[in-house]
Amino acid sequence: MSLKPKSNIELIKNGMFGENTIFRMAISLCPSIAVTNGMKNGVALGISVVFVQTMVNMTISLMRKFIHPKIRIPIFMLVIAGYVTIIDLLMATYARPIYKEIGLYIQIIVAFASIFARAEVFASKNKVFSSMCDGFGMGLGFLLAMIVISFFRELLGKGALFGIPIVSGSPLLIMILPAGGFLAVGLLMGFFNWIDMRFFGGKGASGV
Amino acid sequence: MATEAKAHELVVSVSPHVRGKETVARIMWTVNLSLFPAFLMSVYYFGPRAAFVTGLCILSAVLSEHFYQTSLKKKSSIGDGSAFLTGLLLGLNLPASVPFYIPIVGSLIAIVITKLLFGGLGYNVFNPALIGRAFLLISFPKLMTIWTEPTAQFVAMDAKTTATPLGILKEEGMAKLIEIFGDKADLYTSLLMGNRAGSLGETSVIALLIGAALLLYRGYITWHIPVSFIATVGVMAWAFGGNSGLFSGDPIIHLLSGGLILGAFFMATDYVTCPSIRKGQIIFGIGCGAITMMIRLKGGFPEGVMFAVLLMNCFAPLIDRGVKSKMFGAVKVKKEQKK
Repeated sequence: MSLKPKSNIELIKNGMFGENTIFRMAISLCPSIAVTNGMKNGVALGISVVFVQTMVNMTISLMRKFIHPKIRIPIFMLVIAGYVTIIDLLMATYARPIYKEIGLYIQIIVAFASIFARAEVFASKNKVFSSMCDGFGMGLGFLLAMIVISFFRELLGKGALFGIPIVSGSPLLIMILPAGGFLAVGLLMGFFNWIDMRFFGGKGASGV
Repeated sequence: MATEAKAHELVVSVSPHVRGKETVARIMWTVNLSLFPAFLMSVYYFGPRAAFVTGLCILSAVLSEHFYQTSLKKKSSIGDGSAFLTGLLLGLNLPASVPFYIPIVGSLIAIVITKLLFGGLGYNVFNPALIGRAFLLISFPKLMTIWTEPTAQFVAMDAKTTATPLGILKEEGMAKLIEIFGDKADLYTSLLMGNRAGSLGETSVIALLIGAALLLYRGYITWHIPVSFIATVGVMAWAFGGNSGLFSGDPIIHLLSGGLILGAFFMATDYVTCPSIRKGQIIFGIGCGAITMMIRLKGGFPEGVMFAVLLMNCFAPLIDRGVKSKMFGAVKVKKEQKK
């Protein structure tokens, strides 16, 4: 991607912060609003994405010399769908209660822009191990964003974390409704942009 | 010396050379003044608690604007009265019995998120006070719908809670509403004077109309939005509000109850969030009225003025673009080709 090859640690860091899926690239926003009304759901989806992203990047990187460029998109799609089916069936078997709530979004991982983009931009051009690191970092970045968003939404909207009540009093019900999701994502995105501009001399999301 | 003095008198400046007295601050403070009768009536009916809630809203709105702007090293704009107005409108839109943190949360949302994050006065897409209230209504649905019965005795007794006229109309029907207030004439008088449960400032139609008359007289608002808004509500209530087929509803109840008068004269006419072309303003008013009546008659909430105005706020720029007047000298190209 870049001219200078990055080390594996740098790749992971880049995925977590520099090119964070939700807060910097602003892609895959649908689950970040739909699933983050509770920490449990957010973390479950985040972990599934870490798994799928890493494995997809590894597989695509292994096959990169055999994929004809003209049919690369269907092949990416098939690989992603394969791993999503694995995690879908695993969750359906071993995490039934969560699967009932977010099952639909697990299946929708197939269409995540972030996974597709990394397969296209990175994995199909780089070596296996660095592709894995890149996928892992990207997935971690997504997981991190999901944790932060769902932390605030569940704390403000239900006064609880992981379903355990923490704060008593009347919570801001709007935060667990879709409108609160937009508010939380927007404000956090602004906040991270501000941190980047204030402390790291960046230009915000527009100037990555 | 004389020539020098004359040289000083020659000032070169660009137009406009003659300015009116109207400023943003002057208009905003006049609007505040025009809401004063409604505020007085709310204190009369709901006791000192009303003054406390409204005051807290104003205070927190002004303070949040001041601290947001000073912390960003910008010039504090609380002198123009717009934050004061937002706080006042929000306060007049709350029930009397809300706990103290509700006005504070509402003002923060209204001022910081709805107004200042979008760029301050003149850049907000939505009416700040209404977003504040919508946020509160969705966040605290129980606390925001405990309506106190008006007592008209300044010393607060044990406040009885009751439903608003529109709530009764929705849940139990017209007959029950008339039974509670005595007969139909009593009902209309109570609604007109404001002797009914509801948000603080919305109840007294007379007081609101006095304020609206001041604004109309000064030319700060025009008749287009309020009249089209209220007329649409009336016609739709008449046409679809009754139980026995079309055109059997009672428009007067729908006109006098709920937040319609407050919304039509003071909320929907907000300069920033309504269309600026007259024809567009009429479309805007009709849209507000239609959405209000849809929510009142078919929706889940008993009152829909707030959501109607907010929804139409989204459409304001679109309406403005749609009704843009023809440029002077411009010719329609199609007709030319047909010839």
